[in-house]
Amino acid sequence: MTSGENKKEPGRSIPLWIAVLIPLAAIGLMLALFAFGNPLSLFTANLPPIEDLNLERIKVVDGGFEVTVVNGGPDPVTIAQVLVDEAYWNFSISPGATIPRLGRAIIEIPYPWVETEAHEIMLITNSGVTFVGEVPVATLTPTPGVEEFLAYGLLGVYVGIIPVALGMLFYPAMRKMGRKWLGGILSLTIGLLVFLLVDTFMEGLEFALELPGVFQGIPLILIAALLTWLLLLAIGSQRKKSIGDDPYRQALYVATLIALGIGLHNLGEGLAIGVAFSIGEAALGSFLVIGFMLHNITEGVGIVAPLVPGKKKNGESEEQAESSEQPQEMKRPSIWVFIGLVLLAGVPAIFGTWIGGFAFSPFLTALFLGIAVGAIWQVIVEVVGLLRNYAEQDGTPLVSWMNLGGFVLGIAIMYLTAFLVKF
Amino acid sequence: MKIFGNNKMNLSRRDFLKTAFSGGLAISGLAGAAATKDALAGQGMDTMQQGSHDHGMPGTVGMVDNAANGFDAQSLLYEWDYGEVSELPNGQILREYNIAAVDKEIEIAPGVFFPAWTYNSRVPGPSLRCVEGDRIRLRFINAGSHPHTIHFHGIHSASMDGVPGVGAGEINPGEETIYEFDAFPFGCHLYHCHANPLKRHIHKGLYGAFVIDPDPSLHPEYEILARQRNHQFPESEEYNEMVMVMNGFDTNFDGDNEFYAANTIAFAYMNEPIQIKRDQIQRLYLVNITEFDPINSFHVHGNFFDYYDHGTTFQPTLKTVDTIMQCQAQRGILEFSFKDFELGRYMFHAHQSEFAELGWMGFFEVVE
Repeated sequence: MTSGENKKEPGRSIPLWIAVLIPLAAIGLMLALFAFGNPLSLFTANLPPIEDLNLERIKVVDGGFEVTVVNGGPDPVTIAQVLVDEAYWNFSISPGATIPRLGRAIIEIPYPWVETEAHEIMLITNSGVTFVGEVPVATLTPTPGVEEFLAYGLLGVYVGIIPVALGMLFYPAMRKMGRKWLGGILSLTIGLLVFLLVDTFMEGLEFALELPGVFQGIPLILIAALLTWLLLLAIGSQRKKSIGDDPYRQALYVATLIALGIGLHNLGEGLAIGVAFSIGEAALGSFLVIGFMLHNITEGVGIVAPLVPGKKKNGESEEQAESSEQPQEMKRPSIWVFIGLVLLAGVPAIFGTWIGGFAFSPFLTALFLGIAVGAIWQVIVEVVGLLRNYAEQDGTPLVSWMNLGGFVLGIAIMYLTAFLVKF
Repeated sequence: MKIFGNNKMNLSRRDFLKTAFSGGLAISGLAGAAATKDALAGQGMDTMQQGSHDHGMPGTVGMVDNAANGFDAQSLLYEWDYGEVSELPNGQILREYNIAAVDKEIEIAPGVFFPAWTYNSRVPGPSLRCVEGDRIRLRFINAGSHPHTIHFHGIHSASMDGVPGVGAGEINPGEETIYEFDAFPFGCHLYHCHANPLKRHIHKGLYGAFVIDPDPSLHPEYEILARQRNHQFPESEEYNEMVMVMNGFDTNFDGDNEFYAANTIAFAYMNEPIQIKRDQIQRLYLVNITEFDPINSFHVHGNFFDYYDHGTTFQPTLKTVDTIMQCQAQRGILEFSFKDFELGRYMFHAHQSEFAELGWMGFFEVVE
């Protein structure tokens, strides 16, 4: 053996195609073993199948109920009988009583339901396992007609667009307050975003926990959040090159991000509202609409906060302004910028109420709320970055008393106005 | 509702309605809010307390495969096991029975299968019938997967009681024993498994009716009545005799029954009413073995009956009633007649509406 051969790494001599073939052959061998050998017979002896049905949606229709059932278990499930309020009841099921894995079926139950009262629907499978769904308050589920479509859209306008626009009306005042208060206003935005982050995450968890196990609700949310965050990071680092040092474009970018994050949150909020109304859990009172407006006004404030100029205007009191090197003054955004931001943040609420009211899917909702969590997280990171820039320029600490105060105020406003819409 | 479970949008509809009407609208200066309210909530307001009047039908969908079960609700009503009858040297009648405990999946409602423990592959087990004073010799074979016993309600010695730790105690799978005693007192009785845990062994299906006919020679003062109750005498043929064992099934094993029935099959006598002749007197041996619920009951429509609690008396213990209740293992004889009644369907059911709607409901169809 020469010393040269010794240095050679083992396996070097094997051609690539063989190196690839070996693990593939091993996998094939193992699959064949399981397919023909049944090495797990010890574990599968005569156990009843695992059944996991999910009553995804119960529509209250004229003359009865219409239940959408999803089989989230590993085996097909056969629905044998249906009970309403602990009484066996006639029903029909399509496409068939046996639902394949991840398949779904619609069960129609003619039933004399009672307006505003609660009903319980139970499915019993051929092995006697039961699955329950509730109609907390029976009232006709809206069907997508023109009138309902407009009504739900209007609801989205109330909850999304109007409050955001109202919040933005504070912009001139914020501009007048000037640089001195900017840190506090941005901190207030961060407080608002942190509240929305927690709120969105909790809402996502609720939907995730209702999903059949096979969809892995909680990982779904977390991973959707992670991927969204990374995506926005990548987009952001690319954008930084094109934006350069222009403070206006930088501020506009952050404002757009905030509007996007809030828009995603509002879509989730719209979904929740749409579902709640469609299943009769909430009747629309003006009180509720006004509650959502007050709750969401802060969002408008938050979106335009970065657009408040970072440099003091001429004529204002300024010692440090002249001493430090400042980028050029930020220009005043046009009205179209504000309109665009309002639409970005508010319109998703309209889609939310539509989807929630007419085409609700818990899986997509959970996935979507995960995306919103990731987006809001990245927005927080960006706003904190902006705040740090200003702090560095001013030579003040990032967590100053004013910034802390703004942050606490932002959370407090959101928390307290939430009293109007959460029960 | 499922999708919202225990959650944040758990809004009280009534609270919002109240709020909406008590000034909420006044606060709102927004055009369109009222229109939206009408479209969203108005559908509820106009039709408050109405809902849907489209009734649909209560009951199960489909039919049970009686052939696969090996028994059907109609024949359970009338089938008696009189045993192998012979005479002992002392002149006493000997009745020999064979009962095997068998694990068997039975269809208790259309499409719903229950992993039952049975006596002789049926639930309820065979309706044993004998005469007061007969010697009963019952060979019990445990062909099931758990230890079982047979415990009779009747008069017998301690060693024949069929409870764990006394006499033969629990009979292990593959083993057997003989229960032997003299049949006393006359009446409508039952037998069931008394192995531990008791609840499970009962609700899994190990029970049956055990009827001891009175011997007229032992009751000279009631001879006619005794002959009318004793299957060996022609006088008893004036009566149409039926057995109903009221039972329930906990199919998801949560300690609460999903199905109730008389003789196992939910709604069996709804889907196929019991035909009875108008001019014949009816005698119903009714046994309650329902697990988990303290009582069960029997109610007949359009008619009244005399009730003999435990069937151990010749005079009714309740006269002219249309509803009786029984605790678990309580039983009795009901006698009634539809003579001169209009022909048609007369309902009977448990008068716990819940049990009725979960399967314990049926019809007598009175025919010529």
